Amino acid sequence: MKKQIYANLQRKIIFITLLVSFIPLVSLSVIIYYQFAQVFRNTIEERIEYRARVQSNAIDLFLKERTAILLAMADTYTFDYLAKKNNLERVFQIMNNRVGGFIDLGLIDSTGRQVAYVGPYNLVNLNYNSQPWFHEVESKGVYSSDIFMGYRQIPHFIIALQRQENKKRWILRATIDSDIFESLVRVAQVGKSGDAFIINKESFYQTHLRFGGQILTKSHLDPTLFGEGTTVVEKEDTDGKKIFYAGSWLKKNSWLLVISQDPSEEMTKLFRTKRIEVVIVVFGCLMIILTTIFTTHLAIRHLETADRKMNELNAQLVHSDKLAALGKMAAGVAHEINNPLAVIAEKTGWMEDLLTEEDFQKSQHFAEYKKSLGKIEEHVERARKVIHGMLGFARRMEPHLEDVDINEVLDQTITFLESYARTNNIVIEKELETDLPIMASDRAQLQQVFLNLLTNAVDAIGKNGKIYLTSRRIDSEIAVSVRDDGPGIPKEYQSRVFEPFFTTKQSGKGTGLGLSVIYNIVSSMGGSIALDSEEGKGTTFTVRLPIVVPEKK
Amino acid sequence: MDEFSVLLVDDEKDYLETLLKRLLKRRIKATGANSGEEALKILKETPPDVVVLDVRMQGMDGIQTLKEIKKIRPLVEVIMLTGHANLEVAVEGMEAGAFDYLMKPTDVDELLYKLEDAFKRKKIQEQKIRRLEEDKQLEKS
Repeated sequence: MKKQIYANLQRKIIFITLLVSFIPLVSLSVIIYYQFAQVFRNTIEERIEYRARVQSNAIDLFLKERTAILLAMADTYTFDYLAKKNNLERVFQIMNNRVGGFIDLGLIDSTGRQVAYVGPYNLVNLNYNSQPWFHEVESKGVYSSDIFMGYRQIPHFIIALQRQENKKRWILRATIDSDIFESLVRVAQVGKSGDAFIINKESFYQTHLRFGGQILTKSHLDPTLFGEGTTVVEKEDTDGKKIFYAGSWLKKNSWLLVISQDPSEEMTKLFRTKRIEVVIVVFGCLMIILTTIFTTHLAIRHLETADRKMNELNAQLVHSDKLAALGKMAAGVAHEINNPLAVIAEKTGWMEDLLTEEDFQKSQHFAEYKKSLGKIEEHVERARKVIHGMLGFARRMEPHLEDVDINEVLDQTITFLESYARTNNIVIEKELETDLPIMASDRAQLQQVFLNLLTNAVDAIGKNGKIYLTSRRIDSEIAVSVRDDGPGIPKEYQSRVFEPFFTTKQSGKGTGLGLSVIYNIVSSMGGSIALDSEEGKGTTFTVRLPIVVPEKK
Repeated sequence: MDEFSVLLVDDEKDYLETLLKRLLKRRIKATGANSGEEALKILKETPPDVVVLDVRMQGMDGIQTLKEIKKIRPLVEVIMLTGHANLEVAVEGMEAGAFDYLMKPTDVDELLYKLEDAFKRKKIQEQKIRRLEEDKQLEKS
């Protein structure tokens, strides 16, 4: 029952302590981690976004320059001039000298036939009428294409523009050097796994990928995910890994420059931080758990001990209260019985007086009368003794202080019992500490205490045995023990021996007051009496008395 | 030994009567009183030599009575009879001028000895006073 209460209390304290220490610790670490992760992410995003924007500007500029020089050439020269191969070669040379990055240059008439061509392939007189870009140029005037295979069957893209001359349209077309262009894109690649590439509106790759992706194959990226200008998108790739993509539109929103970065590469630092944080939190939690359990356990044990001590003290208080109440009752009873007893004694005495008269002496039953009266007197005397014992028990005299040497009192007390002990073959062994301090106490009362104890010991032994009497100083107390090797006191009686009228002696032999008188005397002196008894082994009574130093006279 | 008179004071009638009878049987001129007040009345009229006084009585208790007795008749000796084993009361009585004390129930012979001792003392006291008075008269004449 009690144990249950303590266990519950312990559980509650541990639970509450853990709750209030865990909640802030765990939430703080989680919040800090997520804030940190957010900042980290933002940094990565900003970085690739910036890179995408800058690089797209560079690429746009590259294309614009090429377009501009092509426009300049077309504006400067006529169809007839350019149709001559030598002239076209010169123009091609000027263009490559000025801005570079051109593979070839071709002049196409209104029917779509390539009139003149400068470049590594043999493309003269081929008709482009069926090529999709041809019609785009016709409708838009200036056109830069997506990557396509064309007649040469090599992926490339062109810039083409149309001019009107004397109602005759012609087209100047240049192919951009893919190597130079791709190297421009590749500059934007970051880290070990980051990529940079271009896709068109239908999400076909316009440049090679860093790792295996083929040009003109379809990308898994949906270009519609990316808005105006530069956007960052987070997307899972085919392996389920999260990848950041920064997309920036170029070439009048027909191409999308994409820069990808695997954040895990950068995030390893973050993950290391996370690991350290987790270790610290787990370790901290463990320490909190251990400390909480340990301290709670300690506190509960303390509480339990204090509780037990208090209960013992209460029991003692109740016990001494009971004894005091019994004492008062005993005194009351003693006073009330004493008077009738006195009357009986006097009446008996009177009857005895009368028996001495002659008339009675002749009576047949004179002897019987006399014997009976003698018996009455004997029993009145017995009752008187009991009552005097009770009164002694109830007596609450202030101790009469004098200088007392405990050992001397003990020696003196033994002499009262010596002859009786000797006839019953009981040896009294003394072990008295010499140099015990002289103390202020009531000699007569002490004598009564020791006499009662020794008498009890002698009575307990009966015949043939030993009594050990010891005195010693323990700190500020003198302890006197009386040990006998008698039959001992049964456990069930041990708590009752100090109650008045409790006796195990034959009726008529003991009043049951001896120990209660001792108890009262010792208590009034501020001392204590303890009992240690084992059935079959014997009994030890130990009286402890505080040393009261006598006043100097 | 001269005959002397004793006044027994006790509120327990049976006790008083029996003890009176026993003392009378032993040729002691004994009278009884049931209370302190009655005892004082008798004391004023016919003062006895010794008073045996129970300390525990209804009404006026033993110690009070003793003090009154000593006021009225300082020469009358008083033996306290106590039911208590309470020595404090006995001590108080002795301090107030009692000759001795006895515990109830008491042995009649013991009481007798104490009475005789008390009477002897009273006689000695009286003799001393008489002698002093004689000396005074001699001086006068």
